[in-house]
Amino acid sequence: MNEQVSPFASYVIALPEITLVLGAMVLLMLGVFRGRDASEIISWLSIVLLIVVAGLVLFIPATGKVAFDGAFMIDAFSRFMKFLTLVGSAAVIFMSFAYMRHARLVKFEYPILILLASVGMLMMISANDLIALYLGIELQSLALYVLAAFRTDSLRSSEAGLKYFVLGALSSGMLLYGCSLIYGFTGTTGFSGIADGINTVGPNLGIILGLVFFMAGLAFKVSAVPFHMWTPDVYEGAPTPVTAFFATAPKVAAMAMFLRVILSAFPDITHQWQQIVVFISIASMVLGAFAAIGQRDIKRLMAYSSIGHMGFALVGLAAGDATGAQSVIIYLTIYLVMNLGVFACILAMRRSDGMVEEIDELAGLSRNSPMMAFLLAMLFFSLAGIPPLAGFFAKFYVFLAAINAGLYTLAVIGVLSSVVGAYYYLRIIKIMYLDEPAEKFEPMPGTLKIVLGLSGGLVILFFTYPAPLVQAANVAAKSLF
Amino acid sequence: MLIADLFFYLFAAICVAAAFMVISARNPVHSVLFLILAFVSSAGLFILLGAEFLAFILIVVYVGAVAVLFLFVVMMLDVDFAELRSGFLTYLPIGAVIGIILLIELVLVLGSWVITPQIASHITTPIPPSNEVSNIEALGLVLYTKYVYFFQAAGVVLLISMIGAIVLTLQHKPGIKRQSVARQVSRTRDESIEIKKVESGKGL
Repeated sequence: MNEQVSPFASYVIALPEITLVLGAMVLLMLGVFRGRDASEIISWLSIVLLIVVAGLVLFIPATGKVAFDGAFMIDAFSRFMKFLTLVGSAAVIFMSFAYMRHARLVKFEYPILILLASVGMLMMISANDLIALYLGIELQSLALYVLAAFRTDSLRSSEAGLKYFVLGALSSGMLLYGCSLIYGFTGTTGFSGIADGINTVGPNLGIILGLVFFMAGLAFKVSAVPFHMWTPDVYEGAPTPVTAFFATAPKVAAMAMFLRVILSAFPDITHQWQQIVVFISIASMVLGAFAAIGQRDIKRLMAYSSIGHMGFALVGLAAGDATGAQSVIIYLTIYLVMNLGVFACILAMRRSDGMVEEIDELAGLSRNSPMMAFLLAMLFFSLAGIPPLAGFFAKFYVFLAAINAGLYTLAVIGVLSSVVGAYYYLRIIKIMYLDEPAEKFEPMPGTLKIVLGLSGGLVILFFTYPAPLVQAANVAAKSLF
Repeated sequence: MLIADLFFYLFAAICVAAAFMVISARNPVHSVLFLILAFVSSAGLFILLGAEFLAFILIVVYVGAVAVLFLFVVMMLDVDFAELRSGFLTYLPIGAVIGIILLIELVLVLGSWVITPQIASHITTPIPPSNEVSNIEALGLVLYTKYVYFFQAAGVVLLISMIGAIVLTLQHKPGIKRQSVARQVSRTRDESIEIKKVESGKGL
């Protein structure tokens, strides 16, 4: 089903990645020679580059082709996910201008690092081999560690970067240990080879032990419980646009990689990995719901919210079939759109004396800026999963997939924890609409208005025409099986 | 055969002894030197196994770069190793207990395993026999052809780490005098020296 291509055609298949890497290097040179003045131009050029690459991803026909001797693969799934991550990355750069200017952080390395992280994400999504997967992860993670510590004058930002780096290195160690066990017991690093090997030798102990370590590493990358400890601190400490980036594109890419490697390399030991996925999914949903209740800082709240949402997305993976994969794809798309909108609002929480991050600062937002309050309320309703907003459909599809696969307990716990989760989202809406107004925020920059408007519009109007997304996700999910 | 065995025991014994000295030496500089000894003896073990490429890499990368870097860090930074070690001793019992439990678990779980013989037919890139193709040649045959994608990706990873190091540490502070070789070289005698006639008995 998957066609191997000649060495030359490999480069055509990897054209989006190659364009992105070379483009990032050209922009880096531009920045090095033109200095700080060129930073904003480079940011705009980076957005253009990401859009061009997204166009290339859509343009190259993706019908299950394997390049570079089985290391790299494109299909409808990779096309969809790559498009999504590229849109996420471009939107984050687009949202960063005002913040970076106010924080005196205008450096040309910022968009370059986002571009290189995006290369890593594309490689993760297309990985069809354990080495390719690991290289993609490291490429992405290294750029993210630097971005977390990007604010060198802030102690908390440096702490966030260091913490992320140390824990990330630890998780990479676990991932590699798992990979080496899997390689040792199946004799190959290619996903299809691993599937063949497991088919021949059956679920032996070495492979399962390797799988456990491997999934621990992957769970760290999607910040699923019990490997979530870094998330709140890193989200809080990192500069806000970087937090917005962490919460969107890398999550989508890591989840896509999780989906592909688990479904294509371990189809014969579904029962074994399903237990792990069910456990981390339940743990993430429950922790995401309960731990967020006491939070005062909106970035920490979004960290717990993202842990919970990854748990919901994993419900679809636990189903382990095409419907499940389709539901994960729909979930991730809607999650990306909602999070971009919420972070556009968080980035607009600025007074004349600087950024504020306390949830209480949103008090009475409905009277100060009714439009922002309305859209933010809609986004939080959607994150909570209230119909007829997009977030409801996202949750609906994953729970439907779980029920179809007979995972009733998982679905029930998921619904219950989403009810608990609704409490803290609704509390913010109550603060915005019913509390005494706090001091006004500075007017929202135009770039943030555009992102918030688009995101809010898509979330509100999704129910009128969901067919394109559902169908695209269906095609993408089918290509995994 | 006997000589190879003797060398194996020689290298192995030196390696273990040196590794022990790394953690027990009082002077951190001695620790690093013992680390180098441990690396060199492991390189000897690799040569005995016929993996000469790994042996070279161990010497070039670990001894030549990593250990020297350690040495620099130990000598340049004022780290109080005695204090670090006092913490180490208080945590030693609990650490040892956890380590032993882990070891027992691993032995119990993994002790009874064998690698299934059928798996040999699944190996995608089998290592050619060492009497036909040398290690380095075997690596060279695949590194830039079959694994070109990985090779290039690893290059990009290194580029990112370089950018990261520069972004996080390089700060352009105003008022720092920097060396410009071009300006130094292009200076002429006329613009550098000024000759003043000082009248005797008056001073400047």
